[in-house]
Amino acid sequence: MSDAILYEDDIPGGAHWSFTLRRGTVLRLIDLEGGANVGMLFYNPANPLERYNAPDTLKCQHTFKLTAGHCLYSDMGRIFCSIIKDSVGWHDTVGGVANRAMVAAKWGEKTYQEARNDWTQNGRDSFLVEAGKYGLGKRDMAANVNWFSKVAPDAEGTLSFDPANSIPGAHVDLRFEMDTLVLFHTCPHPLNPSADYPRKPIRYQLREAAPVAADDLCRTSRPENARGFANTELYTAGAPVVGA
Amino acid sequence: MIKESPLTAETVVYRQTVPAGDYWMEVVKAGQTLRILDLEGNQAADTLFYAATDPSERYSAIDTIREQGNAYLTAGSVLMSTENRPMLTITADTCGRHDTLGGACATESNTVRYALDKKCMHACRDSWLRAVAERDEFGLTKRDITHNINFFMNVPITPDGGLTFADGISGSGKYVEMRAEMDVIVLISNCPQLNNPCNAYNPTPIDVLVWD
Repeated sequence: MSDAILYEDDIPGGAHWSFTLRRGTVLRLIDLEGGANVGMLFYNPANPLERYNAPDTLKCQHTFKLTAGHCLYSDMGRIFCSIIKDSVGWHDTVGGVANRAMVAAKWGEKTYQEARNDWTQNGRDSFLVEAGKYGLGKRDMAANVNWFSKVAPDAEGTLSFDPANSIPGAHVDLRFEMDTLVLFHTCPHPLNPSADYPRKPIRYQLREAAPVAADDLCRTSRPENARGFANTELYTAGAPVVGA
Repeated sequence: MIKESPLTAETVVYRQTVPAGDYWMEVVKAGQTLRILDLEGNQAADTLFYAATDPSERYSAIDTIREQGNAYLTAGSVLMSTENRPMLTITADTCGRHDTLGGACATESNTVRYALDKKCMHACRDSWLRAVAERDEFGLTKRDITHNINFFMNVPITPDGGLTFADGISGSGKYVEMRAEMDVIVLISNCPQLNNPCNAYNPTPIDVLVWD
């Protein structure tokens, strides 16, 4: 990966944004203060019916958490992005989003009229607003990733949220293996036990990826991922590769 | 949690056998009870639910898991919608644990999980796509095919974040029963998977029963 930053930007807590990233781009997410949560969904911009599929991602890599070496799969057997570097060790893919009623019940509601952009925005509405920009809606929602958040099971499958999972400066690098529409928000994880609405900013940076080597961590972490890369390379055959 | 049902087969209002590789798609009304019966054991019934009045509201695995604070489904589990509302409640379960993390097989995911040349083998998502095409009165398309329940599947997760497909814990005659809390469209693919040892490479029929 080139160290040159093509672009960087900060997103305040309790906010949302979206963009399309090109194949061969690395997206670094940085938790500026610790305790951030970034809810994220992925779609194929050429056919948004192809979307991030949490079950396919988890079962083909025999994992419940996401960290370095894992790939994020679409429902079409292809890889949107792979996690090439991670200082955190556990990112959640089952906690979902809080909706307006859940946020109000947990932290109290601050309306836009009263608080302006410090209102208590929620992940569900955030995804619907960003999805709407591309003609997508409720029917296109899926189980999302919650970067920087950890929800761990005990031996009986009972889940608990770890408030100490992510420290200031924690970061994760996502290398995009195909062009991908990314929707994301910085609203609180629904299981965050904080007494007050947690409003945690993040920074994101874009870099050019190095070509995927034969011994690449994500390609070789499981035999399933070698096949996922083969499917993705077939799909993108002929497309220009940034950095190649 | 093992909990037997007081309902008996003599009082059903509906009963249908669904062969492996086929689908079942019908409306179950609020207050009715739906039973899925594993006839021969270690079968997987890949199931989706939609609110009948507005199918854009549908079963949500992540809302269900989060609200009950546990990854597995059994008697007492409330199956939640994408609007975080109760859709059905599991009222009886003689299997003890059902999966909602592992999703459904697809021709594409089979290429990743097993081998690139498995792509033309029948899969649950193909059954669902045939269902929404044949039963087009429901107005559903691929857009609505989401994250399902695998009744009778055993997919244990571990405290260090692992996930495995264990041998089935179901057996011949085991069942799971649920009461509808709203009118729901039920879409079941009776799994045709031939590559997974968890059903002994032998997909088998299920029965679907409904009581008023």
